[in-house]
Amino acid sequence: MSAGRGYFWVALALIAVFTGPAARAAGVKLLNVSYDPTREFYEEYNKAFAAYWKSKTGDVVSINQSHGGSGKQARSVIDGLEADVVTLALAYDIDALATQGGLIPKNWQTRLPNNSTPYTSTIVFLVRKGNPKNIRDWGDLARPGIAVITPSPKTSGGARWNYLAAWAWALNQPGGNDASAEAFVKKLYHNVPVLDSGARGATVTFVERGIGDVLLAWENEAYLAIKELGPGKFDIIAPSLSIVAEPPVSVVDQNVDAHGTRKVAEEYLRYLYSAQGQEIVARHFYRPRDAAVAALHAAQFVNIPRLVTIDGVFGGWAKAQATHFADHGTFDRIYGQ
Amino acid sequence: MATPAAAIDLDNPLRRTPRRVLPGFGLTLGYTMLYLSLLVLIPLSAVFIRSLGSGWGHFWDVVTDRRVLAALRLSFGASLMAASINIIFGLVVAWVLVRYPFPFKRLVDASVDLPFALPTAVAGIALTALYAPTGWLGARLLSLGVAVAFTPLGIIVALTFIGLPFVVRTLQPVLEDLDNEVEQAAATLGASGLQAFVRVILPALWPALLTGFALAFARAVGEYGSVIFIAGNMPMKSEIAPLLIVTKLEQYDYAGATAIAVVMLVASFAIMLAINALQHFALTRHGGR
Repeated sequence: MSAGRGYFWVALALIAVFTGPAARAAGVKLLNVSYDPTREFYEEYNKAFAAYWKSKTGDVVSINQSHGGSGKQARSVIDGLEADVVTLALAYDIDALATQGGLIPKNWQTRLPNNSTPYTSTIVFLVRKGNPKNIRDWGDLARPGIAVITPSPKTSGGARWNYLAAWAWALNQPGGNDASAEAFVKKLYHNVPVLDSGARGATVTFVERGIGDVLLAWENEAYLAIKELGPGKFDIIAPSLSIVAEPPVSVVDQNVDAHGTRKVAEEYLRYLYSAQGQEIVARHFYRPRDAAVAALHAAQFVNIPRLVTIDGVFGGWAKAQATHFADHGTFDRIYGQ
Repeated sequence: MATPAAAIDLDNPLRRTPRRVLPGFGLTLGYTMLYLSLLVLIPLSAVFIRSLGSGWGHFWDVVTDRRVLAALRLSFGASLMAASINIIFGLVVAWVLVRYPFPFKRLVDASVDLPFALPTAVAGIALTALYAPTGWLGARLLSLGVAVAFTPLGIIVALTFIGLPFVVRTLQPVLEDLDNEVEQAAATLGASGLQAFVRVILPALWPALLTGFALAFARAVGEYGSVIFIAGNMPMKSEIAPLLIVTKLEQYDYAGATAIAVVMLVASFAIMLAINALQHFALTRHGGR
């Protein structure tokens, strides 16, 4: 029933889009298919890019947004949603466009600087005000009596970063190896009372339900949660080590060639790396790649002594996915399979 | 629903093809077949075809996986429980709404439809807020040693919630048709209240109760939105089968996802057939009343 209602609104929105003034103005349209928490960021960025494109070429570009769970969004594009660009939570989901759909070349991630990731984030801890359980680092999360809130990495792309960050920390302990990391992560997940299916669900469980002592969250979402729910309820804790969460971007070759929008779509993504684009990135609590902009906003990000990457520790997404999150991978083993 | 049509057939046992006042059998049947094909049969056959996309071996591995079996057991078990609870309490609700006048009856009547109208995710969030260990009801129940949210019990609560209108709305018209003179007649013949209910009323209600049960059950088996927030989603414990389908899709395992869907479809269909057979039995046994 809710799906039916969804389609109704989609249909109505499409009617509005096609009959609205935008359709009559001579100009290009882009569809950016993104994941959930980037809604506000791209709203602001789209306006900035449209102004930039107009001043550069004189053309009017209007950008439509679609948001949802990262994996679901990728599947929509594979199934025929005509996205010109995708901006998703992890490379694995964009890889699927190449491996499942053949929509983009396999080397898509080499086409733009920094692994095609114009902004990053990292995994931090959100705890209740005053940190009553004295949670300082990953090791504390496996302590008996601590309740950890994190979504299931099987259904939430974003939550896979949480899991990998925990694993990377355990590997980096003295004498750490795969076996000790698995044992640590198993202990940590035994402290998880609810496995929500998505990041928003987990935030609701922690913030609204009041369940759990610590929420594992992307840094930008932790700041958003604090900003939106009023300061003074939660503290952000920086662990000693975390992972660089890299939400990458790509043009969808097959669609931009069909629409004739390749030039503007590529510029749309490149502009993300410009000083103006990076400034908007920072305003929305993502970490900019540009050193100058990053320095300007350094005060608003938590200081994490050691940041590792998925390529460095896990050998890239394809390998991490197969080892940890595929059926009968380490995550399934944690729950006794 | 099926009652009036069946009653006509029984009233005219000798006439095999009754003369029709309104023509149009060919047109309406043609339309029915087209409509059913486009909306139901073609999409469902796509599910069957896709489930074998990676061969029989993969299909078999998926559907015999311990975790998948646990999820299927939970989904079907909780749905049967919820539908059973609903036929008992749904009957009480329908009975009260049909038989007795009371203040704000219209309002109460309309509120039965709320589970229909509410987006399921909203229902899930509301139920979780209420039954969570910190919730208004959840805290009290927990002090009695009953945990509802994030356990299979929470799943049953959510499925009962969404199934209620199906039972009430199928029973109401049947109860309205059932004159209370029937009970009075039973009473004059010396039946006690309980006897009148069990021997006279209940047999007349069986077909509608079974329809309501089947509808509530079918809705519950596939329910995702309202359950996902209250279930806790722990593998092997409180993970429903639709969630596993979503999990497989997240891994782009289309064949695995549709394999679970096929098992659910076949099992649901078998249960529906069994309920239909029971209903047929109830009708032929009590239809001549």
